Amino acid sequence: METLAMHISNGIVNGPVAAVFAAFALAVLTLCVLRGQRDLDDRLAPMAGLVAAFIFAVQMLNFPVFTAGVSGHLLGGALAALLVGPWVGALCVAVVLVVQALVFGDGGVAMLGLNVTNMAVLGTAAAYLLIALLLRVLPRTPAGLGVTAFVSALVSVVVASQGFVLQYWLGGTTDLGGNLAGLAGTMAGVHLLIGIGEGLITATTVVTVAKVRPDLVYALRALKPAASAPVVPVAGGAR
Amino acid sequence: MGAGHAHVLYRESASPVHRLPPEVKIAAMVLFTLAVVATPRTAFWAFGGYALLVAGVAGLARVGPGWLLRRAAIELPFVIFAFALPFLGAGERVEVAGLGLSLDGLLGGWNIVAKGTLGVLASLLLAATTTTRDLIVGLDRLRCPQIVTQIATFMLRYLDVLVGEARRMRVARVSRGDDPRFLWQLRGFAAGVGALFLRAYERGERVYLAMLSRGYSGRMPAVWQGAGAATAGQWLVGATVPLVAAGIAATAVALT
Repeated sequence: METLAMHISNGIVNGPVAAVFAAFALAVLTLCVLRGQRDLDDRLAPMAGLVAAFIFAVQMLNFPVFTAGVSGHLLGGALAALLVGPWVGALCVAVVLVVQALVFGDGGVAMLGLNVTNMAVLGTAAAYLLIALLLRVLPRTPAGLGVTAFVSALVSVVVASQGFVLQYWLGGTTDLGGNLAGLAGTMAGVHLLIGIGEGLITATTVVTVAKVRPDLVYALRALKPAASAPVVPVAGGAR
Repeated sequence: MGAGHAHVLYRESASPVHRLPPEVKIAAMVLFTLAVVATPRTAFWAFGGYALLVAGVAGLARVGPGWLLRRAAIELPFVIFAFALPFLGAGERVEVAGLGLSLDGLLGGWNIVAKGTLGVLASLLLAATTTTRDLIVGLDRLRCPQIVTQIATFMLRYLDVLVGEARRMRVARVSRGDDPRFLWQLRGFAAGVGALFLRAYERGERVYLAMLSRGYSGRMPAVWQGAGAATAGQWLVGATVPLVAAGIAATAVALT
C-alpha cells in the first residue's frame, strides 16, 4: 500500500458514507460546543487558540516515513485533550480541519465529516479516556505525566488511522478485494511510527508546561481534587 | 501584525470575486464541492464542465493557472494513492500498455484525482480571494457557533505569534553557535518545543488581554456592526457557480 496522509480528500469514500459520518461528526461537535462553553473561560480561550495554532503548525510538518514512500503527520488530539480538555480539545482539532479544508484544500470539504470523526472525535476521545485512566494509576510526577502524554498520543493516532480503515471498508470507492487487512496493517504500522513522534512532542510540551504553569494543564486541573472531580465521570460519554 | 492580516495564500486584488461577501463564497465553494462529489465517476464530460467553471472563476478573480497548479501540489500524496489503485484493485482486468490493470482500480484512481483536484482548486480560489478575517466573519454570519469562531480567530491570530516566537528562538540558538542543518534542526526544535509553546502562550495571553481591554467580547467587530453583509443580489451572483455545477451533476446522474 502507498501513501495515505490523514486527510481524506474528495472522492476516496463514497457519498452516503461521507454523509453518515458528517451527521455523526456534527452531532458530536454540537455536544462539544454545549459542553465546551462551560469550560471556556478567560484562561482557556487563548489557550484553545494557541493549541489550535500549534496543531495547525505541527500538522504541516509532514513526516516522511522513508521505507514505503509514505508520509503522515501529527494529529494533536492528545495534546488538545491534555491542555484544554476533551470538549474544547475536539473543537480545536475540528477547527484546524475545517480551516485546512476551506482554505488550503487539505482534505476534501465533502469528506470533512470523515476527517473530523477520525482526528477530532476518535483521536481526542481515545486520548482523553486514556489520560483520565493513566493519571489516576500513574504517580503524580513529571515522569508519570510524560508517560501519560506519550501513551495517549500514540494510541490516539493509531485509533484515528483505524477510523479511516473502517470508513474505507464501509464506503471505499474502489474495491480492494482482500487487501483491506493489508490496508489496516499498513495504516497501523505507519501511524505507530508517527505516533511515537507525536508522543514525544506531546510529552515534552505538556511536561514543560506543567512544570512552569501547572494551572494551564486542563487534565491536571480536573483531576487534582481527586475526590470531587466533576468533569471526569462525564468523559465516559465522549465517544 | 494588525487585524485583517493576509495569509500566504491571499492574492491582493479588487476583482469581482474578491468583492463578494465571504459568506457567499464559502457557501458557493462548499455546494460546488458537494455537487462534484455527487457526480458519477464515469461521466467524464461533467468533470470537464466543472474544470471550465473553475477556470472561469479563476479568470474573474485574476488568479493565474501557474499559481493555482503549484499550490495544488498539496494533494500529491493522495494522487500517489490513486496511482496505486489500478494495480491493487480487484475485479475485471484490462490490458493497458502491456500491464494488466484493474478496471475498477483505474476508475477509482480517476475518481480520486478528478474530484480531489477540483476540490483543492475550489478551496484555493476561496483562499486566494478571502482574507482570514473575512473568513471568520463569513463563518460567523453563516451561524457558526461563537465558540468555534472564537477558537478559529485565535488560531489564525496565534499562528503569527508562534512563527515569530520560533524564529526568535532559532536566531537565539544560531547566534550562540548552534549550526543546525537538515535533520539536526529537528533536534533543536524538539528540545525547545515545550519552551516555544510556553513563550507563545505568554505572548498570546498579552495579545488576548490587549484585545479584551479594547472591547473584544468574543466576536469580530465587523459581525455585530452588520456592515457589508451579503445582499440578495450578491447571493444570486454567488449562486450561479453551484447552480451550474448542480445542473451538470443532475444531468450526469440522469444519464448514467
